[in-house]
Amino acid sequence: MRVDTGDRAYDWVTTAFASMVPVLLLLIFTAVGVAGWPALREFGLGFVTSSAWDPVNGRFGAAPALYGTIVSSAIALVIATPLALGSAIFLSEFAPRWLRQPVAFTVDLLAAIPSVIYGLWGIFVLVPIVRDHVTPFLRDTLHLGATPLFSGPNYGPSMLSAGLILSIMVLPYISAVTREVLMAVPRSQREAALALGATRWEMIRDAVLPYARSGIVGGVMLGLGRALGETMAVTMLIGNRHEISASLLAPGYTMASLIANEFSEATGDLHLSALMAVGFVLLLLTFLVNAVARWLVWRTARAGAGGAR
Amino acid sequence: MTVVLTPAPARPPAPADGEGRRDAMAKRTRRTVRRRRARSAVMQALTYLAAALATLPLIAVLTYIVIKGAPALTPGFFTAMPAPVGEAGGGMANAITGTLILLGIAGAIGLPIGIGAGLYLAERRATALATTVRFLADVLNGLPSIVMGIFAWELLVKPMHHFSALAGGIALGAMMIPMVTRTTEEMVRLVPDALREAALALGYPRWRTSLSIVLRTALGGIVTGALVAVARIAGETAPLLFTAFGNQFWSTALREPIAALPLQVFTYAISPYDEWHAQAWAGALVLVALVLLISLAARVATRRRHAGGE
Repeated sequence: MRVDTGDRAYDWVTTAFASMVPVLLLLIFTAVGVAGWPALREFGLGFVTSSAWDPVNGRFGAAPALYGTIVSSAIALVIATPLALGSAIFLSEFAPRWLRQPVAFTVDLLAAIPSVIYGLWGIFVLVPIVRDHVTPFLRDTLHLGATPLFSGPNYGPSMLSAGLILSIMVLPYISAVTREVLMAVPRSQREAALALGATRWEMIRDAVLPYARSGIVGGVMLGLGRALGETMAVTMLIGNRHEISASLLAPGYTMASLIANEFSEATGDLHLSALMAVGFVLLLLTFLVNAVARWLVWRTARAGAGGAR
Repeated sequence: MTVVLTPAPARPPAPADGEGRRDAMAKRTRRTVRRRRARSAVMQALTYLAAALATLPLIAVLTYIVIKGAPALTPGFFTAMPAPVGEAGGGMANAITGTLILLGIAGAIGLPIGIGAGLYLAERRATALATTVRFLADVLNGLPSIVMGIFAWELLVKPMHHFSALAGGIALGAMMIPMVTRTTEEMVRLVPDALREAALALGYPRWRTSLSIVLRTALGGIVTGALVAVARIAGETAPLLFTAFGNQFWSTALREPIAALPLQVFTYAISPYDEWHAQAWAGALVLVALVLLISLAARVATRRRHAGGE
């Protein structure tokens, strides 16, 4: 039948296009994995535990990059999560209706600014402020200079600067998810708590937040996924040094910025393969974090749609 | 005999009658309530502070970009080629054109596949493939863009032994696919089933219903979503670092390296020359203006559609 052919062609095309999504993911994993395999085979598990990065002698260890990725992301989350949570609570509980859209819009717009622009702003604005005002304040006024976290020379580009710019970049993602999740909490929960005599804050703490907890965790993990993979702004602010240092003021490296810096000038096949292997580790890490995050958010959305727990 | 009087107990002595006991309890309750209310007010103030702090970075970044970028942004910026080091002025004509070419290639790949996949997801909601694709598209959206870059390098640049605009465009297109898929799905879902059923009842075959009726109804939203994806892609630098690679000279050839606006901003920003820094700010201003204008327009368009439509 004529009708059948059109339907069949349409179904075939849309199914084929939809299938390209998992195929693309598979291609990415395969291409990067196969390219990184020589280095992984050469160094084994020591690849992620060794700190040596010696292109001349052919020894590569990704431990400083892995350490830097985790530490800079941790700093970003520690700063961004309370701010995102606080502003999301403000928007869903306290803000007057006319203020909601503008504030939410302003926070969400942070996500639209390209990473390289954050890097540019970071180099010329944030790093001088951190170097000349924030660090002396932390070291001398708060006497944190005695701790190993804030010891060492104060160059400017550092784990702290990178963590700060990451927190700004990650804030809109956590905020958007948290906001949606908080607004999905049914009014009956809130009203029940208030009817029992709770103050506004107690209502939020005991009735709203526990209900939204897995969604909030999902949002934070989404932010973590972004922070782990962020390249340009971090490359411009982290100082690019292959070393693990206890001090937050020391320059460091992340996996993404390592690849960005050394890829076009890689000397030799093993160097390239090592960079690909770093890329594979990064890919795996962000894939897992994003998958868990999406699952958590999806689970909260389903529970919310299904009614009160 | 002296009697040592013990000091009065901290708590007021329990009075003999029930009335007094209730008063004492009421006083304690009032104290606790006051403390709880105070705590609530403090936390409320903290959330106000958090919201204020959350809006601060955007204002700070945009202000600096405008202040530093506007002086260097002359009309010649869009038409002139980069000036040699040490000379002020010059422009980013090759980078702006390069970005437009890359966006064209990316769109040619990302839009058809994304819209097709989005249509599939919206129409076949709960099949195994649909659930998988939806989940994986969301995960793909969160993957680092540098990984997309090395992926495109491995598959395109290495075999061709050449950096090329094509490789850069394909890397960007691959990033566009999951974005456009999800926004298309959401926009097509908004089309009421009644419309589809009416078309089917009138004898339209299923494929024509989807394309002529459903797709056309959702087209505004789909275009908005596509524009937002293009805006996000326009600012991406990492995938281009080793695919398009950047180019000092004027080039529009697809098999040659090509300049791009974010790449140029990056190169100039990390350079040690003040003139180049000024150019970087100007380029950043152009880029941010482009991205923000599209995002703003998309927001306004979606809100109007949601308010006036279903």
